[in-house]
Amino acid sequence: MLTITDLHASCDGKEILRGIDLQINAGEVHAIMGPNGSGKSTLANVLAGRERYQVTRGAVIYRDADLLQMSPEERARAGVFLAFQYPVEIPGVSNIYLLKAALNAVRKSRGEPELDAMDFLALVKDRLQLVAMKEELLYRSVNESFSGGEKKRNEILQMAVLTPHLAILDETDSGLDIDALQVVASGVNALRSPDRAFLLITHYQRLLDYVVPDVVHVLVGGQIVKSGDRSLALELERQGYVGVAQPSTSV
Amino acid sequence: MNNPTPDTTTRYLNVMRTRNSAAREATWLRALRQSAVERFAETGFPMLQEEDWKYTDVRPIERAAFMPLPQDAALPAVPTAGQFRLDGLSGPRVVFIDGRFSASLSAVGPLPEGATVTTLADALNSQPQVLEAHLGRYLPADGHGFAALNTALLADGAFIHLGAGTRLEQPIHVLYLTTAGAALLLPRNLIIAERDSEVTIIEHYAAVGDMAYFTNSLTEIFAGDNSTVEHYRVQEENRAAFHVSGVHVQINRSSRVISHALDLGGRLVRNDLRAVLADTGGECHLNGLYFAADRQHIDNHTHIDHAQPHCTSREFYRGVLSGRGRAVFRGRIVVRPDAQKSDARQVNNNLLLSRDAEADSQPQLEIYADDVMCSHGATVGQLDEDALFYLRTRALGDAEARDLLTYAFAREVLDRVRLAPLRVRVEHRLAAALRERGALHEVHP
Ligand SMILES: Nc1ncnc2c1ncn2[C@@H]1O[C@H](COP(=O)(O)OP(=O)(O)OP(=O)(O)O)[C@@H](O)[C@H]1O
Ligand SMILES: [Mg+2]
Repeated sequence: MLTITDLHASCDGKEILRGIDLQINAGEVHAIMGPNGSGKSTLANVLAGRERYQVTRGAVIYRDADLLQMSPEERARAGVFLAFQYPVEIPGVSNIYLLKAALNAVRKSRGEPELDAMDFLALVKDRLQLVAMKEELLYRSVNESFSGGEKKRNEILQMAVLTPHLAILDETDSGLDIDALQVVASGVNALRSPDRAFLLITHYQRLLDYVVPDVVHVLVGGQIVKSGDRSLALELERQGYVGVAQPSTSV
Repeated sequence: MNNPTPDTTTRYLNVMRTRNSAAREATWLRALRQSAVERFAETGFPMLQEEDWKYTDVRPIERAAFMPLPQDAALPAVPTAGQFRLDGLSGPRVVFIDGRFSASLSAVGPLPEGATVTTLADALNSQPQVLEAHLGRYLPADGHGFAALNTALLADGAFIHLGAGTRLEQPIHVLYLTTAGAALLLPRNLIIAERDSEVTIIEHYAAVGDMAYFTNSLTEIFAGDNSTVEHYRVQEENRAAFHVSGVHVQINRSSRVISHALDLGGRLVRNDLRAVLADTGGECHLNGLYFAADRQHIDNHTHIDHAQPHCTSREFYRGVLSGRGRAVFRGRIVVRPDAQKSDARQVNNNLLLSRDAEADSQPQLEIYADDVMCSHGATVGQLDEDALFYLRTRALGDAEARDLLTYAFAREVLDRVRLAPLRVRVEHRLAAALRERGALHEVHP
């Protein structure tokens, strides 16, 4: 699904990603953990196509295509989805309008007809239940004066409506109460399928209790210093990044 | 220079004098005109050196020397006039073609008792006392030359009178449609809402064809005690047109005036909106939306005069500029020494869609009372890059995302436009302007 080779990226001349190698196969769930400022969000943004970051070296192949050559919207239409660490507030654009425009843009690129208003509403209401989100939020401006948890649920709602092939969730679990955490987890689990892959960026092992990852990576200083199975997350919890990220213990 | 043609000011003065010597009019009207002639002789056209005009160069108007049209020619047929109706609104319709009343395109219909909707020319004949009491009474003595030009030559426009306690539910649509090139048009409107009355008026300016002409309009609004007046000025002149407007409002005790200034057209546009909160408990809401595409220049000068205590003013103007579009906003709020407990808020936001677009925003608060609440905020900015990226990660194309954010920006003003047919019309105009410019892709810094 996704193959990242020796990816280097910088912002304003400052190198943030310093040689990332990562292979994610269809059907897999990968988790990335790492200290603040280690480059997790940068990686997520580079994968989504943020122009602010310059890729200085390396390659990213997504489903046989050169991802780095694609615009953000081309990536989204090809099935890449990023749930933002800090979802953006957009006054004046209603949530439901965005959902519809996004879904129709994706469908159009797949050669599918636009959904009519009735079918669309039925779909959204169905997905709304999955994320246990108040219907009222559909009619508000995107993320405007949503609570932190509501914003995160809204990201999962968008994911559930767009049904991407590759979903990157950047700390979608941060700042959530335990119920909301389960909502996010069940959102992911409901979408889990052999032809879909997930990249979960998280600080907390507890999300991984609900969404069991196939592989856990530790990102420090713009590099993946260690990868392992889910037990690595538990190890991190006990020893912290300093303990785990010793060069001698890296794989 | 050895130029045999007199300058435009002189030519206009000649037109005024010729007209006034021929006319047989009431003394008060003669006096009103005469003082306007004198004022115009004194000021002529505003100049860039004047503080109020330093961003707006009206020399192109002066050079073009637009002249009033002969009043006796037959009115042109306008087969496309229907396009300027606001479908879905069923109120009285007063239509002027090239500045002259068109009985065939107008339809006033039945009105509640106490309501008069007619032309100014008719009212000058039929109710001279009312006109004498109100016409020209709400203009400042030190008005600029354009206002004087209008008054000196005023001929026709809408006259709307609501007697005490009269409520007109349906909005009145006053349409000024121009078809003639090189014309000087001087619409003059008078709106009188006596106490406890209620009325909504749409003043609408548009053109058929793309010739150059000059609309120089003036509107006076008297909002009597405890009345509510909602006034829309919808300016969608063609892109060669010059448009100068003045709207002067007197807000009396506990009355409420809501103004919407929607400027979408014109090559060079200047609007002066002045609201005087003349008695306690008055309220004024000034909303504005302007869209200046390539080479359009739109200047809004507003002036709210908190002359008496316990009045509220809310001002919210937003502008979208593309190509080499240019906007000026000057929002003056004066709180007089006695106007304690004044509550004034002003916001002006400008969205630049291109690198060559330009906006000047100047709040100007003059506060002479101490127990007041006044605030203002002015911004000039571009589309939010984070929002743009967010939308694109949701599969929206770059152009589509930019359009959506631009709409969203304008929406916050348009949401205040209660009349759905009008809102839809403005939205369509905005969409057309966005499409036309292709300026979306013009520059991304
Ligand atoms: N646009 C930017 N301009 C300058 N520096 C940036 C920019 N974006 C990120 N950085 C820097 O790059 C480093 C990595 O940031 P990033 O947001 O990727 O960290 P993170 O691993 O997601 O951290 P957190 O756990 O706090 O979310 C930080 O030092 C950050 O300050
Ligand atoms: Mg981060």
